[in-house]
Amino acid sequence: MATALLYVPKTAKRGEVITLKAIVSHPMETGHRREVTGKVIPRDIINRFSCRYDGAEIFKAEFFPAVAANPFISFTTIATQSGSITFTWVDDAGKVYTEKTELTVTA
Amino acid sequence: MEPHSHPNRRVVMTLLAGSVLTGLTSLATCPALAETADMEAAMQRFTSGAKTGDGKVKIDISPLVENGNSVAVGVEVDTPMTDTLFVRRIAIFNEKNPQPEVAVFHLNPRCGSSKVATRIRLATTQHLAAIAELSDGSFWKDQLEVIVTIAACTEE
Repeated sequence: MATALLYVPKTAKRGEVITLKAIVSHPMETGHRREVTGKVIPRDIINRFSCRYDGAEIFKAEFFPAVAANPFISFTTIATQSGSITFTWVDDAGKVYTEKTELTVTA
Repeated sequence: MEPHSHPNRRVVMTLLAGSVLTGLTSLATCPALAETADMEAAMQRFTSGAKTGDGKVKIDISPLVENGNSVAVGVEVDTPMTDTLFVRRIAIFNEKNPQPEVAVFHLNPRCGSSKVATRIRLATTQHLAAIAELSDGSFWKDQLEVIVTIAACTEE
């Protein structure tokens, strides 16, 4: 089952600035919390995110424990040509989450 | 913040379930709050000690936050995004969470605008800062205070 949600337009005019939004399901465990026994709950956060549009990286981000659970990200890009937009998240355990969408660019 | 399309209901339920679980496991105590000096030091590391001007950067956040576990925050830089001058990086810092760094965003001329947003945790009422690095090597900053009524860590 998909663990990520993308809010990306399906179509755009060439040259238009479009907003890309995404949420991925992840607890973003800070590593600062303790169980009732006093044992530290180990840190496990998504520490980096990147977005590729038609093969080229157009945006990336680094996250720290202050980013809320189920991290949300919003940024923009210029619609240049039709192609796939791929969102990739990587967590502390090295687990990779990927979600892809297609954008159709009209003249 | 409105979605462009209606999200898949099953996925939404998964996300909600995750939030509930996260809430249930927070039986935990919080570490000591950080000092203002930690945020200053983190900002110095980001700028490599370069002079940082006030202005150009604008943090968009509610001045009064009810729930510190998930606070929407946006940052925008008042500058064109062209091949010759653009925003290279935007970093968000906080004063009193256990760690001063929140997130760093890497931009380029293809972004078309310098508008970014995310959701963050705020452990208590504190200052929040955003610094932007432009492609000409200059740094610009915005800083404001956010009042938090329910902190991200209430179980002291």
